[in-house]
Amino acid sequence: MNSLAVAGRPMEVLELRGVTKRFGGITACKDLTFHIREGQIMGLIGPNGAGKTTAFNLITGVYGVTEGSIIFDDRIITKKRPDQIVRLGIARTFQNIRLFKNLSVLDNVCIAVDCHETYLLGAAFLRLGNVRKREQAIREQAMEFLAAVGLEDRASVRADSMPYGFQRKLEIARALALKPKLLLLDEPAAGMNPEESLELAKLIRVIHERFRLTTLLIEHHMDVVMSLCEKIYVMNFGVKLAEGSAEEIQSDPEVLRAYLGEGYKRAEHP
Amino acid sequence: MTQYLSGILSLGLIYVIATVGLAVFTGFTGLFSLGHAAFFAIGAYTAAILTYFYGVNFYLALAAAGAMSGLVGFLIGYPTLKAKLRTDYFAIATLGFGEATRVLLENLAITQGARGLPGITNYTTLPVIIGIAALVIWVAWNFVHSRHGRAAIAIREDFVAAEMMGVNIFIGRLRSLIFSAACGGIAGGLFAHYFCFIQPSMFTAYMSTQLTAAVVAGGMGSISGPVMAALIFIGVPELLRVANIWRLVAYGLLLVLIMIFRPQGLLGYREISLSGIRDFFARFRKGARS
Repeated sequence: MNSLAVAGRPMEVLELRGVTKRFGGITACKDLTFHIREGQIMGLIGPNGAGKTTAFNLITGVYGVTEGSIIFDDRIITKKRPDQIVRLGIARTFQNIRLFKNLSVLDNVCIAVDCHETYLLGAAFLRLGNVRKREQAIREQAMEFLAAVGLEDRASVRADSMPYGFQRKLEIARALALKPKLLLLDEPAAGMNPEESLELAKLIRVIHERFRLTTLLIEHHMDVVMSLCEKIYVMNFGVKLAEGSAEEIQSDPEVLRAYLGEGYKRAEHP
Repeated sequence: MTQYLSGILSLGLIYVIATVGLAVFTGFTGLFSLGHAAFFAIGAYTAAILTYFYGVNFYLALAAAGAMSGLVGFLIGYPTLKAKLRTDYFAIATLGFGEATRVLLENLAITQGARGLPGITNYTTLPVIIGIAALVIWVAWNFVHSRHGRAAIAIREDFVAAEMMGVNIFIGRLRSLIFSAACGGIAGGLFAHYFCFIQPSMFTAYMSTQLTAAVVAGGMGSISGPVMAALIFIGVPELLRVANIWRLVAYGLLLVLIMIFRPQGLLGYREISLSGIRDFFARFRKGARS
């Protein structure tokens, strides 16, 4: 494990301190406080409308926070633009898939690989020097990320012509290509049947280890969440309901009542 | 007759330069400009004034025309793109900019107002136009096939996702607008030294619309499509000049037909390529055999 920082204390990759977001009179998130340690997979669960995706949008800078602060890698990122936050090392996928639909699968990933590419505009205009070689390298790298999610033989098809499950995987490949430290997955298994979602859980575990990520996951498939996450944070109506390990969450009466349902333990784990 | 045809080709290629510029902006970032004639006019006047009043070398004047239009593109783009105007509002802002530029040209002393500038030296010859058009197309092609071009495409496709790929939307759009404005300026400079006479009423919203129409009809996200469309839009009305008043009807009909049969434009999101042509003929042969 490389999760031990120099001081011998596990390092916190992301920390939210009293983060609140209000839209006019509606409080979407209230006083969110949690942290993720390096190398952890953490789950963010709760009923629809609990504010989970809003939390993602706050972390990635799509929305500005009303109160509180977000610290990533010892830096306050609360006031930064989304593209700056991406460059610091946070990548995400979207609940409602947001691919570049008219482009090929490969080009979708190339745009993400470009994030760390540095050749200049003038060189690009005239194809000077090593631009051609750099472009080749970008495509090769993109292919590697496609291979990591098993889409390498679909590189040249249009992104929106692929089946739903593959589009989700492409979103993950695109996020990986940003070479993030922290990966935010917003309902990656949405719309999948139980077998597909377990296969996806396996994939998430593999890439989590291979790319040495820290992962924050929103998901409604409890089998995925319970099998992957060391720590789970439960939200309801914009506030924290509970926080703890999978076992603690499954036996928390508040969580059972508000989200999992009273019969959860009996029905799914007889 | 050859002189007549070379005249149409010259005018067509000048329009190609401006259209390619606009294609890089509208076709690849998804924002519509309805005031691109202003960049054309600024380039035309900059180059003409430099050679006419100051005897500057023609090619330097052309470069200055591109730089001046690019600078104005920056000045108009900075506030509008920083404010993240939505596409329709941005289009209206550029429409206003186009009209304001024309009115300004009509009232400045150095542009000699509505009288225009007569007697500009004819430096623009067909080989010059062909050379510059080829250069502009090549540079535009390189740009859209680089990481900078891909960033612009990402913005067009989905700007929220583009931001999540580390793309700075403001810079990406502004860069394309400046490039586009500079192309318009160079085209304007060539135009002024081709007709040897310019006046503000040449650069109306009609010209802006014609440029945008060529990009849309040629296909968004394509370079070669708008090049073809620009040549067709200049060539067809000229060749139909014998039909007198009906040529405008034919021009409108052409647009309507393109929109019915190729709503994505002649080459939406595609380019002409050698392998593409080979595939097309391969399919064609196979179709003929079966």
